[in-house]
Amino acid sequence: MSIFDEVGERVDRLELGFNALGVDKFGVSKRHLKIFLGALATLSRFYFRVQAHGIENVPKRGRAMLIGNHSGGVAFDGGMVLASMLLDMEPPRLAHAMVEKFLNATPIASQWTARTGQFVGLPEHAIQLLEDDRLLMVFPEGARGTAKLYKERFSLVDFGTGFMRLALQTKTPIVPFGFIGGGDALPTFHNSKALGKLVGAPYVPFTPWLLPVPIPAKLSVHYGEPLRFEGTGNEEDSVIIGHVEKVKEAVRALIEKGRGGA
Amino acid sequence: MGIAGGIARQVALRLREKGHEVLGIDRRPWRDAPKGVQVFELDLRKRASEDVFRRHRPEAVVHMATVTSLVVPGEERYRINLGGTRAVFEHSQRYGVKHVVFVGRHTYYGAGPDSPMYHVEDEAPHALEHFPELSDLVAADLFASTALWRMPELTTTILRTCYTLGPSRQGTLASFLRGKRVPVVLGYDPLFQFLYEADFAEAVVTTVEKRPKGVFNVAGPPPLPLSFIVRETGRTPVPVPEPLLTRLLGRFGFPQLPRGALEHLKYPVVVDDRAFRKATGFNHEVDELETLRRYRALGA
Repeated sequence: MSIFDEVGERVDRLELGFNALGVDKFGVSKRHLKIFLGALATLSRFYFRVQAHGIENVPKRGRAMLIGNHSGGVAFDGGMVLASMLLDMEPPRLAHAMVEKFLNATPIASQWTARTGQFVGLPEHAIQLLEDDRLLMVFPEGARGTAKLYKERFSLVDFGTGFMRLALQTKTPIVPFGFIGGGDALPTFHNSKALGKLVGAPYVPFTPWLLPVPIPAKLSVHYGEPLRFEGTGNEEDSVIIGHVEKVKEAVRALIEKGRGGA
Repeated sequence: MGIAGGIARQVALRLREKGHEVLGIDRRPWRDAPKGVQVFELDLRKRASEDVFRRHRPEAVVHMATVTSLVVPGEERYRINLGGTRAVFEHSQRYGVKHVVFVGRHTYYGAGPDSPMYHVEDEAPHALEHFPELSDLVAADLFASTALWRMPELTTTILRTCYTLGPSRQGTLASFLRGKRVPVVLGYDPLFQFLYEADFAEAVVTTVEKRPKGVFNVAGPPPLPLSFIVRETGRTPVPVPEPLLTRLLGRFGFPQLPRGALEHLKYPVVVDDRAFRKATGFNHEVDELETLRRYRALGA
């Protein structure tokens, strides 16, 4: 069975309430998923040889948030987690990333992100997906996370706090993960914001080989035990920041664990 | 109001079927209107229309006399959509109408790259950011909403309805699907939400009978990507790069649309209709695939 056949069979088993045309209520299309996740799965299995650890920590069904670190100059780490959720989970799950607005405003990218469930990072989208018991993937470092330079590849920049308020509001468990190796696959020594402005992206990373194309370094992702927080989402900032710090610590511990095992 | 429109006629017929006596006002004729449906060929904003209210004292008014066609000049649209809406509410208040239903559009919420899906009723109107030509419809919706506090003796219902498809072959989506080849914006494929015309008529009739007070989104089955709609109705999508499509609008048989209309071909306007279903018990009967199959059977 080829990787595309395997992905096709797994996409058919996604529990998303597809209609007879293979489209769910958010416009996610099986046909597009098979191509998109087929490409990501090929990269994951044969190019980066991604290893997933602790997959049993991700709930098989029901709402959950995957919260992790960015690793590498562009967000291919997110793509590898998407592939991992499809290939390593039983039953397979579709993770929904929260993407930057510029992707939705860009032709072709707009169409593909919409059809594969990778929606613009708006609180409304996150709530709708979680209330529909979906799996959300959030990188709270945002674009500052992918902008980390090679020497900072194992560090974490500040986490946004929006995800925590949403998790509390929707009573969603948080599954922390540490992503290892992206900084080796795409080491960045400089980010050009000026060039980014020209192409409509936050920045363009420069690697030793100039182009932001990753080399086939071995990658791994380490999922941790789910964290549950009590509250309404309307708590004071100091309370929310305290919760976020606990998640950040969990992610940091998973990165250290991954580095030790690597 | 606006009874001669293809979709409004279905509302009138369904009301009649349910035993209501139906009166209609429209500038356009409905020559073969059936028994039980009395049509007055009048301009809503003229004195003679007020006479209809005075003489017949209707119990409920369904206002569908808004112009959505962007081919009608802006000034004229403003006169009809705002002047007409004002007249409907003033006459209703003056002549003892108990319930007014304003049938508005879900495009009120606007389409854009950072616009969320499944809009709820308390969101602000963002339609004007990219599509100022919709200002009269947004203003009519907001003006109608003021009746909720200005005219407490009236029960007012504002419906923000999604697109419709059906045998009348009228409406924004139907106009867009006219012809065998349908131009779409290359690289974009927004979700479209639509309701079969008979279900739309049923939604309005249910509103008249249940009299829910407030603002409600009205939709039917889950939305579908535009490319699927075009194909499933037997048409062929023709992707055209946006800069080229902008230049082609109004020429070589391409529809004459303002640039802002292209935003609606790039980004979705999808509404959350749970509040309406809960308030009225409405449920659509025709699903999205059957709607498209029936529309395909009508031919291009």
